Amino acid sequence: MKITLPFTLEMRESVKIGDVLELTGNIYTARDAAHGRIREAVEQGLPLPIDLKDKTIFYCGPCPAGPGRIIGPLGPTTSARMDPYVEMMFQQGMAACIGKGDRAPYVAEMCRKYKGLYLLGVGGAAALCANAVKEVEELAYPDLGTESIKRYYVEDFKVVVGIDAQGRTIQEENIRRYRRR
Amino acid sequence: MMRVLNTKELIPVIRGLCIQACQHLSPNVTDALKDARRREESPLCQEILDMLIENADYADKNNLACCQDTGMTLIFMEIGQEVCWEGEPLMEAVNEGVRQGYQDGYLRKSVVADPIRRVNTRDNTPAVLHTEIVPGDQVTITVLPKGAGSENMCHVSMLTPADGVEGIKKAVLDAVDYAGGKPCPPLVIGIGIGGTMDKAAVLSKQALRREIGNRNPQPHLAELEEELLKEINDSGIGALGMGGTVTALDVHVEAYPTHIACLPLAITFQCHACRHAQAVL
Repeated sequence: MKITLPFTLEMRESVKIGDVLELTGNIYTARDAAHGRIREAVEQGLPLPIDLKDKTIFYCGPCPAGPGRIIGPLGPTTSARMDPYVEMMFQQGMAACIGKGDRAPYVAEMCRKYKGLYLLGVGGAAALCANAVKEVEELAYPDLGTESIKRYYVEDFKVVVGIDAQGRTIQEENIRRYRRR
Repeated sequence: MMRVLNTKELIPVIRGLCIQACQHLSPNVTDALKDARRREESPLCQEILDMLIENADYADKNNLACCQDTGMTLIFMEIGQEVCWEGEPLMEAVNEGVRQGYQDGYLRKSVVADPIRRVNTRDNTPAVLHTEIVPGDQVTITVLPKGAGSENMCHVSMLTPADGVEGIKKAVLDAVDYAGGKPCPPLVIGIGIGGTMDKAAVLSKQALRREIGNRNPQPHLAELEEELLKEINDSGIGALGMGGTVTALDVHVEAYPTHIACLPLAITFQCHACRHAQAVL
């Protein structure tokens, strides 16, 4: 299913777990350290480094770009480390996040409550994933190096819906189907 | 007869091994992924495995890191006891090799200087170095970049003798279920049993040096590997935790004598890109 970002509420409510989406548009990287700083800014009432309204956040720290490339290999990092920040990010307007691996049960509840999505990138397909990125712009926290906030304009960036806006999780339903012990 | 080696000889070797391990998966690993693709029953996981196989090939041909998490650099050196070192301190040479490899290979720098203050060292040093003194006059170097998605799922249990094999199996399967898709399955799982806590942990890492498909030469440990592999694949976790029939590519068990009161167990998770490269000096 082809999706043009940003996600609208209608789009978020229409996709369901297991759907394979090809995203075109802007996504924004933030992982452990950037989330820590965003939380500090929110707690202190300071301006945020980017407006999070309707944004799709990508839990990602890329490799440096080699010669002739705009970005190095990149892919999703383990999302569970960002679980404690999810509600704050939804409250600031985040529409969806992209990462890998299962999450705490309360994240599914947050997705239901805020009509948000958790999308699974393909962990470890980093050389291919980088080809989907057509533009790169560093927006905040350059001192964090690979962990800075960057805007990627992507074309047909492949993700799988991991938690949908009804709060259903792919792991819970699919793993049960194939479990033999 | 002593063989004199200058530590600076290590620098280009380790530089090359860092790049080799991160950019070029071994045929042993890519064959295991292709075999997993043949056995996988879930259409979604089949699609994921196809992408991983294509990615490994693309990374190899274009000299790119196959995964953006190029890890903390774990290095094993088996040093022949007839080797006599000269030159700069050995650890400095090892770190210089890592520094050059991560710079020249455009690999991600993922190491912070202090676990509490967390400022990036910006050159991926220091490495974690394990040395063993062995007979002979050669030095075998294995570089094993260790990504954090899998490393964060590692587990140590200080079991008791009464727990026995059943206790070992339960602890491993519980750890696999808890980890789910986080460590990027299909996994290679290294298991260290025996010794002390630290010995078991190192054994579980050393187990990852073994080729996928090779069994422990001791029959009772080979049997344990086979049984665990089957039960792990019955977990239903599948590629990247999306639900499927192949959760592990292999399980490698290494054991060591232990105390009459002890049964230490360490489990190292390794992701589907079971990266390592080796050279002999």
